[in-house]
Amino acid sequence: MNAARTASGSGPRWRVRAWFMRSESGRGYALLSPTLVVVVLGLLFPMLILTTMSFWKQEYVDLVRTFTTENYAAFFDKRIYSLILYRSIRISALVTLVTIVLAYPLAYYIAFHVKKNKMMWIVLVTIPFWTSYLLRVFAWKVILGYNGVVNSGLISLGIISEPLEFLLYNPTAVVITLAHAWAAVAILPIYVSLEKIDRSLIEAARDLGESAFMTFVRVTLPLSLPGVIAASLLVFIPTVGDYVTPALVGGTRGIMMGNIIQSMFGKALNWPLGAALSIISMLTVTLAVCVLLGATRWYRKKVG
Amino acid sequence: MSAPIISIEHVFKEFGSVRAVNDANFEIAPGEFFSLLGPSGCGKTTLLRMLAGFEVPTRGRIRIDGRDVTMVPPNHRPVNMVFQNYAIFPHLNVASNIAFGMRKSGLSKRALADRIEEMLELIRLPGYGERTAMELSGGQRQRVALARALIKQPRVLLLDEPLGALDKKLREQMQIELRQLQQRVGITFVFVTHDQEEALTLSDRIAVMSQGDVLEISTPGALYEAPRSRFVADFIGTMNFFDCTLREYRDGVATADSAELGRVRTTCEAPPAAAGEGFVLGIRPEKFQLAFEDAEATGNAVRGRMGPSAYLGDRSHFYVYLEGRDDPVSVALPNLAKSLERIGGTGRDVWLTWSDDAAVLLPGEEQAGTKREGR
Amino acid sequence: MSDRRASTNATGGYAAGERDDAVVRRVRCPRGLGLNGFGIYAVAYLVFLYLPVAVLPVFSFNDSQYVTFPLKGFTFKWYEALADSHGLLNGFWNSVKVAVSVSILSTILGVFAAKAVTRYRMRGRGGLLGFIMVPLVIPEIILGISLLMTFSLGGVKLSLVTVGIGHLLLCVPFSMLVLISRMEGFDPSMEEAARDLGENAWGTFRRVTLPIIFPGVVASLLLTFTISFDEFVLAFFLCGTDATLPVHIWSQLRFPERLPSVLSLGAIIVVASTIVVFAAELIRRGGVQLKPSGL
Repeated sequence: MNAARTASGSGPRWRVRAWFMRSESGRGYALLSPTLVVVVLGLLFPMLILTTMSFWKQEYVDLVRTFTTENYAAFFDKRIYSLILYRSIRISALVTLVTIVLAYPLAYYIAFHVKKNKMMWIVLVTIPFWTSYLLRVFAWKVILGYNGVVNSGLISLGIISEPLEFLLYNPTAVVITLAHAWAAVAILPIYVSLEKIDRSLIEAARDLGESAFMTFVRVTLPLSLPGVIAASLLVFIPTVGDYVTPALVGGTRGIMMGNIIQSMFGKALNWPLGAALSIISMLTVTLAVCVLLGATRWYRKKVG
Repeated sequence: MSAPIISIEHVFKEFGSVRAVNDANFEIAPGEFFSLLGPSGCGKTTLLRMLAGFEVPTRGRIRIDGRDVTMVPPNHRPVNMVFQNYAIFPHLNVASNIAFGMRKSGLSKRALADRIEEMLELIRLPGYGERTAMELSGGQRQRVALARALIKQPRVLLLDEPLGALDKKLREQMQIELRQLQQRVGITFVFVTHDQEEALTLSDRIAVMSQGDVLEISTPGALYEAPRSRFVADFIGTMNFFDCTLREYRDGVATADSAELGRVRTTCEAPPAAAGEGFVLGIRPEKFQLAFEDAEATGNAVRGRMGPSAYLGDRSHFYVYLEGRDDPVSVALPNLAKSLERIGGTGRDVWLTWSDDAAVLLPGEEQAGTKREGR
Repeated sequence: MSDRRASTNATGGYAAGERDDAVVRRVRCPRGLGLNGFGIYAVAYLVFLYLPVAVLPVFSFNDSQYVTFPLKGFTFKWYEALADSHGLLNGFWNSVKVAVSVSILSTILGVFAAKAVTRYRMRGRGGLLGFIMVPLVIPEIILGISLLMTFSLGGVKLSLVTVGIGHLLLCVPFSMLVLISRMEGFDPSMEEAARDLGENAWGTFRRVTLPIIFPGVVASLLLTFTISFDEFVLAFFLCGTDATLPVHIWSQLRFPERLPSVLSLGAIIVVASTIVVFAAELIRRGGVQLKPSGL
């Protein structure tokens, strides 16, 4: 009954209260604010620091806090950086392609063919995603190694006499490992978009005389495209910056941008250059994503 | 009218740039069964939610029992609500659902259990206390929602389309139960519905809403027989409209000319317009009679051509085309005789006749935004 | 797809031949397993997904210094060796501390945020949601170094707390996603009904919202615990001298002679994580029906 008294009153406290009760946004923001504070302090603010530092300079162990574009110039001066960035993007694009191509039929199977226990399939597929990334990569190192599971297995079966050297420490090993590690991420969004498709649309296409395959091309695939795009982004963006996989299975030929950036915080000790390389990588990835989105929009227009 | 239990005083509600309720201003008497009726999106639910306290008016005041509750949160208001989908708590059984609001009632455990059993009797679900919400049918859930609200003995019970999810037979049965229940507990009911038949069946008074405006508040009979705007006439039941020009008004009888009906005579209390000005004549389908020979000498009559007809069991609908009118006139006749022969015959000449007091006179131009209040 | 069509093919005479084939094919396959071409592919996919990880447990019992075929013999000695490792136990407890704090904090934030996002009409809702989800797509290394720079410039000493901050960023989006889907799954009028029946905001949360979203809360706790416990990259940059378990494992990878004990440790972690996540997913996806409780 307390509220009744305050309600019929007036004055600043009442006015704030009235605003708060009227404004749904206000109450929403109030509940969201702790999370927003965490993300602003933990993400936005550090990103500003990262950007600032990329314009500073490292001299031996000291940071020189004067504005310079030296680090960006270094990227364009030394071909090695752009080569490695190009390689990272190529590897990630390949990983994305492989992951999506492998994931699509499975998502399709779960969405359209599994009748009972759909949930079980989804759980089975997603479990590896939650468990230790480091250990999954490590497992591949053990499997593909010179004295690893594959080589020793093939030798003991008498199929080969010498270990295959091309298995480990090259870009292919990186692609295989990443495609395995990110498999679960690709399946979920594709599955969700397939599951959402109204089954009568597919029946309508068949009823209008399309073959099963053309129905897939003209109805199912375009409708599941949002899921495919989401999956591509969720795989592509993080893998460009991956550093565990190339470090463990990539060898020198499999080095990616993540390893270069990490080295700037380790042996090379050049934080500003590391920051600049990070920003260049992020911008390049953003550009690549825009190209991808543009391409799909064009494809959609063409199909639609 | 005794002191109103609810006063809605110039209430506005805006969501961003959308005005959901526009200057609602009326009162509800204690013990009334009051309905808010209108098409979806007309603002009726928003108005109800402002009474419950889930929305706060952008402007205006709401009083319940004389107390200003405009800013009072829902848990401090002497009203309770029955939700559209009942909102039965899925994690609690029926007894716990009904007892939910009684935590601070001060009743002993024993007394509370007795109260719950009483409520279960009232809604005719004795012995259902231990059932979970999932085991109940739609109609049973609806009754549990009623009991859950009524056990709090609210001053006003708010009902948001509580019968909308039920199928037709059950809905009609629940309408009767609801009306009986209201008379037994004597609580004021404010009932939101888009179903005009339901509103007519249940209510003491009805407020018809459209696009945020309260157009008219009246008893069911008055709304049907003497609506005051074209929207209300059209929304409640079916109405045939004819544009007319007033010729003269004398001794409670208006004589008018219509391009479609010819000369028309209608009784009315006041002239519908100045002489020579236009107004609209509305005639409900069941107020017409059909004749198959010239009836123009007998009074109001017009010749038409029979269009398609529809057999509805208890009555038949006929569509009659008039010269100079695109839409057919809708005519409804009760099927008085038990006969398999149907009158009809598309294309043949018929005469529509109606008595002098059958028509409703409505203002000529659609006067959007003007509101009328009953009583 | 053909199942649904089969009953409606009366009009499509032109496709009848094709449809008959489908029927015959289905009869030949064991219907219960649903094994057609797709089914075989799906099983193969699962094998691809799980087999590499299964290598860890298999070789962790192998009585050999080297991870090679053929298997030499069965032993527990690598597991026994684990118990003696001071660094490992230290790392384990560090990881537990971080993961427990992060999962609780992240779930609390997630509950608030999910409530805000699902229950209130908010301007800029989509943008804010996207903003909170950004840590999901940013490469972890960039998240790691930007936090490292911030702490370093701010004079914050690297410790388990700094690791926790990093993990919180990573976990909050997951908590939110899990809890948003749970919140969306139940009708907001339940909460309004509680308010209407006299409960204040807190009472409504305690008596209605929390019991209904409880499976989501448990799932969020379990999932974020696992994510934090297993996370390596952020911890690597932010832990300073307080190595978490994954950081400890990373440091062991350089020494070939420690490989078998890493295998056994990895096996334990993978199996434990799998069980936790499996439980979390079962709970989250509504496998557990809430029991009706009394007053």
